[in-house]
Amino acid sequence: MLTFQDIVMRLKAYWARQGCIIQEPFDCEVGAGTMCPETFLRVLGTDPYRVAYVQPSRRPADGRYGENPNRLYKHLQLQVILKPAPDDVVELYLRSLEEIGIDLSTHDCKLEEDNWESPTLGAWGVGWQVMLDGLEITQFTYFQQCGGLDLDVVPAELTYGLERLTAFIQDVESVYDIRWNDRWTYGHVRLADEEQYSTYNFEEADVDFVWKEFRLHESECQRLLDGYRDPGGPLERRRYPLLAAFDQTLKCSHLFNTLQARGAISVTERAQVIQRVRNLAVGVAAAWVDQQRAAAEAS
Amino acid sequence: MSSLLLEVGTEEIPARMIGRARRDLERLFVQEIRALDIHDGVTVRVEATPRRLTLFAESLPARQADRVQTLTGPPRRIAFEADGSPTRAALGFARKAGVPVDELEMGADGKLSLRRLIKGRQAGELLAERLPELVLGLRFPRAMYWAGKGSPRFIRPIRWLVALLDGEVVPFEIAGVSSGRETFGHRRLGLGPHRVGGPDDYLRILQENAVILSSDARSQKIVSEAEAVLPAGCRLRRNERLLETLVYETEYPAALLGGFDSSYLSLPDEVLETVMLVHQKYFAVEDESGALTSRFVAVANSGGDESGVIRAGHERVLRARFNDARFFWNFDQRTSLADRVEDLKDVTFQASLGTYWDKTQANLAAAARIVESLNLDAGAAAQAMRAVKLAKCDLTTEMVGEFPELQGQVGGLYASAQGEPDAVAEAIYDHYLPLGAAGRIPRSTAGRVVSLADKLATLGGMFELGLMPTGSKDPLALRRAALSVVRIVMEGQMPLALDRLVEVSGAGGHASDLRRFLLERLRHWLRDAGGFAADVVQAVLAASDEVPVDVLARAQALAEVRAAPEFGSLAVSFKRIRNILDRAGEPVASGGVDESLLAPGAEADLHRSLGQVAERIAGRRASRDYAASLREIAVLRPALDRYFDDVLVMAEDIAVRRNRLAFLAGMLEALSTVADFAAIAPDAVPGRTR
Repeated sequence: MLTFQDIVMRLKAYWARQGCIIQEPFDCEVGAGTMCPETFLRVLGTDPYRVAYVQPSRRPADGRYGENPNRLYKHLQLQVILKPAPDDVVELYLRSLEEIGIDLSTHDCKLEEDNWESPTLGAWGVGWQVMLDGLEITQFTYFQQCGGLDLDVVPAELTYGLERLTAFIQDVESVYDIRWNDRWTYGHVRLADEEQYSTYNFEEADVDFVWKEFRLHESECQRLLDGYRDPGGPLERRRYPLLAAFDQTLKCSHLFNTLQARGAISVTERAQVIQRVRNLAVGVAAAWVDQQRAAAEAS
Repeated sequence: MSSLLLEVGTEEIPARMIGRARRDLERLFVQEIRALDIHDGVTVRVEATPRRLTLFAESLPARQADRVQTLTGPPRRIAFEADGSPTRAALGFARKAGVPVDELEMGADGKLSLRRLIKGRQAGELLAERLPELVLGLRFPRAMYWAGKGSPRFIRPIRWLVALLDGEVVPFEIAGVSSGRETFGHRRLGLGPHRVGGPDDYLRILQENAVILSSDARSQKIVSEAEAVLPAGCRLRRNERLLETLVYETEYPAALLGGFDSSYLSLPDEVLETVMLVHQKYFAVEDESGALTSRFVAVANSGGDESGVIRAGHERVLRARFNDARFFWNFDQRTSLADRVEDLKDVTFQASLGTYWDKTQANLAAAARIVESLNLDAGAAAQAMRAVKLAKCDLTTEMVGEFPELQGQVGGLYASAQGEPDAVAEAIYDHYLPLGAAGRIPRSTAGRVVSLADKLATLGGMFELGLMPTGSKDPLALRRAALSVVRIVMEGQMPLALDRLVEVSGAGGHASDLRRFLLERLRHWLRDAGGFAADVVQAVLAASDEVPVDVLARAQALAEVRAAPEFGSLAVSFKRIRNILDRAGEPVASGGVDESLLAPGAEADLHRSLGQVAERIAGRRASRDYAASLREIAVLRPALDRYFDDVLVMAEDIAVRRNRLAFLAGMLEALSTVADFAAIAPDAVPGRTR
């Protein structure tokens, strides 16, 4: 029986063999692996890139106090970016499933239409949800736009839902029963997170504080973006902290999600706040492309 | 004669788009070979799976026919000098045509000309040129590019192309993929690549590699296997849309039977079916009485399920889904619909129209006016208003969050579970109806009131903001909402006037726009659903468009009596009157006929007959016996005929003339209360007498 961590390690080893950098999780709260700079910024421009990493993804509104066997405030995604997408990308993906012991010739595997769009990131793509015996185990997306920009090179993004996949392989009904290793279960490792963060997000988060924090990060990001208009010489341009500005964008995105779970965003505000976060993301993307171009020209 | 095999190999195309893509590919190909003049006697067939669009063309001419082309140059006097030598004009024409000047002929029209034979080109050459554009000419919603910015768009990446004309590769390229003779089988039961010799070979290879190319064959396999796995006393709840989806989601379908714990059958059928059909794409299974059983049929894209792992997997997923649904149901019951009204303030309806709480207020105002117009008794009115108040509350439930397609139905089920009267629950349940042009309207009057109020308030609100649909743009589906209003009023026989409907909507400043909009839908409905001829619709609406159900009754009467021979000639006479009035060149006041100016004989007779007939018509009309009312008019026919034989309307004497015009105008008015006869096309009336 493969444990949760066996599956993670096998998938990482497989993608490493396909030439991927194996990255570690990004250290800001994000709603999905897509939002990490390793995806959001790397897919911009023409440089090839291959990377795989596990990303804890926080979705405050999805928490269920640990009471629902399939729904989580924080779940773990394995995010794979192949830029550009190779011609045999679907086949490469299917082989990764065989790598973790799934004999696809005896299963029902379908690729069903599922397009992806993130208004806050100004990003969208087309693709599928991969259905294995009726269970969605992976999101497969060909990016078309990111940060409001048409992409020069089309990457494939594979997002494995690690809990679902493992529950499937281990044949357990609840994610909390997943064997993380031979000794401990997923519940041992994560249940407290689910209970406490559900309480925080739905009941305890101090709305004024979170709003204040949102505005602080927003203005810091905006200040940095404004500063990039006139970054100075080539060295200053290269060292200009757009990555730090992007951190601020991600903070805003997460705080927005928290406010929403807390029921603190009225319907009229919602669209406006999404637009504010989107403006930051689009601003960072445009500046980043410029910074990369300048750096490529200088070298 | 040649045969062409074209296979566009792709990654999985969304199932909902494949049927359309097949038809489009066939149409585009036929258009193309027509344009290329290589279409005579050709048969074309297109098949598709999620990963391929395959076109077979048989009896394709090997090449275009040769044809003679005639170029015409300058006339003789410009082409030649007096001494017969060619001018610059003649030399220029020869140079352009690419021949020496002495090969030019003098045509019969006296102009220099050149006839030359254009050799027809080879079909293979033409196809190589045209096929890439043809394939990329398929239109899909949300196409993508994959080979870099600016590269061709298709619905999913094209990964291989087979193009063989009589076994020879037709060479071309799309987005970096070159055509060739290699195809691929099922992703896990025969991937390949496999080398293809020709069409027969191709079919054999696919068959051996777990691809059933024919969609009909896949469909039959699904249905026959499904029937085979069902236990006695059970039958599939057929669903053609689901079947088509599964046909286009699989290359090698296999039906398998699954089951679930019968305790889940306590969930509402609507939820069970939505989970199975919509979310999991399973067929529901019913018993002989038509009740759902605790079984389902799933269709796998596989060679079968000997070990039972696929079945176990599908059962586990379904169990989790049903568990969720049960959790939602129980959780939602903690807060009644009535206690959720305030929560609607957090749900957006439409950016400019505010929240669903605002929407509910608007619906309540609209419903109050409808209830008043319909004279509902106090009990029925209270139930309808209660239903309006609660109708949107299910939008705040977990169940609708998970199954948005069940909005309304969930509200109805919850209302029932929470002890609301049946009439209220049923009205909430039905209030999104009718769905689509053929869907049923709400069952009860209360349901119709809620649905009407909901749609009219939306229409009124949007029109008031100036957001009426323009051209093909109708993002809020206002046309559908207006058609639904018309359908409910007509099919529900609700005696509501158009002006009243507009008033109910609260459209205010844009009331006349909304009235026109509704009238347009009414006209469509009378033509499409009512099946009335255009002139009948025109005639009854011209008489009055005020009360839609009354318009319908008059249209029925007119359609019934118009076949009688005397109506043909009446229509002609009425048209004649209308023409006389139009051409009179002076304003005509109807009524106020001075009897002393009437000529004895035909004119006085008609006047007298009209008086009697008009009285009888008014009586019939008052009792809504429109067919009888129309038949009364026929009585006038002999008098009318005589009138036109004997009386000159445009008399010399101004007073007489005016009196006659006023008489005719008054007659037209008196007789057009059911239908405007002048709008009837006499040509279409069978048995007309002149």
